[in-house]
Amino acid sequence: MRLIGTVFANTSNGYNLPIGVTDLSKAMYGLHMEVFWICVGIAVVVFGVMIYSLLTFRQSKGAIPDTTMVHSTKVEIIWTIIPVLILVVMAVPAADLILKQEDTRNSELSIRVTGYQWKWQYQYMDAGAGVDFFSTLKQDSNFARQLDSGIDPKSVPNYLLDVDKPLVIPSGTKVRLLLTSMDVIHAWWVPDFGAKRSAIPGYVNELWFKVDPGKEGIYRGQCAALCGRDHGFMPVVVDVRTPDDFKKWVAEQKTAAQQAVAPTVPAPADASPPATAQVIN
Amino acid sequence: MAHDHAADTTHHDDHHGEPAHGIKRWLFATNHKDIGTMYLVFSLTMFFVGGAMAMIIRAELFKPGLQLVDPAFFNQMTTMHALVMIFGAVMPAFVGLANWMIPLQVGAPDMALPRMNNFSFWILPFAFTILLSTLFIPGGAPAGGWTMYPPLFLQGGNYVAMAIFAIHLLGASSIMGAINVIVTIMNMRAPGMNLLKMPLFCWSWLITAYLLIAVMPVLAGAVTMLLTDHYFGTSFFNAAGGGDPVMFEHVFWFFGHPEVYIMILPAFGIISEILPTFSRKPLFGATSMIYAIASIAFLSFIVWGHHMFVDGMPLAAQVFFMMSTMLIAVPTGVKVFNWTATMWKGSLSFEPPMLFALSFLFLFTIGGFSGVMLAIVPVDFQYNQTYFVVAHFHYVLVPGAVFAIMAAVYYWLPKWTGNMYSMGLAKTHFWLSTIFVNVLFFPQHFLGLAGMPRRIPDYAVQFSDWNMVSSIGAFGFGLSQILFVIVIVQCARGGKKASAEVWDGAAPTGLEWTIPSPAPYHSFAVAPELK
Repeated sequence: MRLIGTVFANTSNGYNLPIGVTDLSKAMYGLHMEVFWICVGIAVVVFGVMIYSLLTFRQSKGAIPDTTMVHSTKVEIIWTIIPVLILVVMAVPAADLILKQEDTRNSELSIRVTGYQWKWQYQYMDAGAGVDFFSTLKQDSNFARQLDSGIDPKSVPNYLLDVDKPLVIPSGTKVRLLLTSMDVIHAWWVPDFGAKRSAIPGYVNELWFKVDPGKEGIYRGQCAALCGRDHGFMPVVVDVRTPDDFKKWVAEQKTAAQQAVAPTVPAPADASPPATAQVIN
Repeated sequence: MAHDHAADTTHHDDHHGEPAHGIKRWLFATNHKDIGTMYLVFSLTMFFVGGAMAMIIRAELFKPGLQLVDPAFFNQMTTMHALVMIFGAVMPAFVGLANWMIPLQVGAPDMALPRMNNFSFWILPFAFTILLSTLFIPGGAPAGGWTMYPPLFLQGGNYVAMAIFAIHLLGASSIMGAINVIVTIMNMRAPGMNLLKMPLFCWSWLITAYLLIAVMPVLAGAVTMLLTDHYFGTSFFNAAGGGDPVMFEHVFWFFGHPEVYIMILPAFGIISEILPTFSRKPLFGATSMIYAIASIAFLSFIVWGHHMFVDGMPLAAQVFFMMSTMLIAVPTGVKVFNWTATMWKGSLSFEPPMLFALSFLFLFTIGGFSGVMLAIVPVDFQYNQTYFVVAHFHYVLVPGAVFAIMAAVYYWLPKWTGNMYSMGLAKTHFWLSTIFVNVLFFPQHFLGLAGMPRRIPDYAVQFSDWNMVSSIGAFGFGLSQILFVIVIVQCARGGKKASAEVWDGAAPTGLEWTIPSPAPYHSFAVAPELK
């Protein structure tokens, strides 16, 4: 497959959130780091006071306890108000970002994503209408992941994070996913898009992302909601292409689908046996 | 008080005498100390059962690829580990401590309802026999996660009925235990002990007991609906029948979030007892501590939605649950600041209970920070269902709740047995536990942020390194707990005699230190005078 050489599961450095390739994922990363540093700041102060107390007020150093120090309304009001203010500082940009995340209007491409035990179905609407396929764990990973397979997972490219047929989307386009499930609850997740939402039977959840132009490539994620025995083995792989390449890909898919439905040249008048082996996808 | 059983015809007087001999003492126990001991021993046993499951989980995750167990069995392990640890280890440990200490702290001769006390304990072994036996039935144990979300949970076989029956029993046991605590505290305090003079441990348990009574029936309702969906053709949660799988999540977490505080509020009480003792200084802001516990309990009822952000929720609900969740940081912060102020200008010494309490203070606070991060809805979409969540709740439950329980055991064990334990071994246990618990859980923050989902038996190779570190920490932590058992068994068998005050030189306060060590079988037959 194209771009198989660019091997990364996501843009994470291995111990922090990925910055990702969408406005949302970058905003999430920024908010994450902001809250993280606020927590670090509080930790330095609180742990600092604790450690200072541990080192200074030791019985072994002859510290005399001040047993009159039991209460101070002033101090207690201060350390109730300050955390409230800090929380407001975090909550305002957070609420702002929620508004952005929930705004699924004006999407340019909608794709219906259906979770199954244990694969994904992608059905395109809008410009991709008619394209419809399943995406399952790739065979080499599937062999290697069997109990005592004897295959070293490190020898399998993109172990557990590769599929037979990835979701293909155009870059620079607002893509909206409509998520549902045919059996149990699944969750569709690509860390680099900052996109995670549950696929629930009886519900249609919405999710949107817009991959930055120039960031075409393969992006990988996994099902994020425990969905049974093979929950760990239903990856999400997204192949981001330029809008032009995407159009070509859609055209190829449609041609291939037509050929699959009608493998021989159609003869309208031909009363051949009914197409019992008709392939829908 | 010794009297001759053979010659005694007034059997109703038996319980005023010496303990019965042999198995009868335990089967028919109505003495709060005996029942407390049984709860604690049961809890320790379950801690090792649940721990063994955790070892299987971490062994499978030691390196990528499946080497030891089938994915279906792995899911059974993660599910059962949680159920056993929550309902078998942490909750019974706190009830055991309540049984032992609440009568001693309020100056009561026993719990208010001793026979119900016996019943609420003896339900537990049967409930867990049913729950654990699912591991050996065709189809295996529950494997849909301890949250039992439908439709996945309902795909199960016979375990559905067995697990639900076990949960009903556990709920009944918890509710009875909670009623006993409330009645004891409300009616049996020594004259002169008004509520605001009551020790913080009793306060935290009083509030916890109300939480239990409020939410255990909600869990019972949720699992009963699962039961009828599975066996009687109802469609509460079946979308195809017009039901709603998300409704289960709402009902479950309306129980589930207060449940989280059921497992941590008594820990707050314990820490509020131990820090002042070994700081030789009264608890700072005792009244605001009580208000803080009460506000956390209240808030716990209006934050359940933060478990479900990724499941789709109206915008207003997302903002509401974010704000209410963040608010919890305020009373929790008050508690941490008050504890710190208690140590400030104190005179600290570092006996094992104090060491565990200090470890609690630092590591629980780390769990609090990750909790604030998880409350931020837009970023929660990245954290949710990853190892970041696993790291967060293990930080508040292991170095949080479990360390508080260990601190309590080390604090009161000499009072229970009359013997001092080996300080050297206990301190070794402390250092090994504290080091390994961080090796075990800290890297899980990194794994979650880097994109590893929770509840998976096998993972992509870029997660290999931190998983291996985490597993090594797990094995170290698990093995260290054998020391805990050794210390307790040694102490129960003998050792240097403890004085009535036990922690001479420190400043323990409370009625429990006015009676001899070991606490006599019957204490406070006459209500004590409060000075």
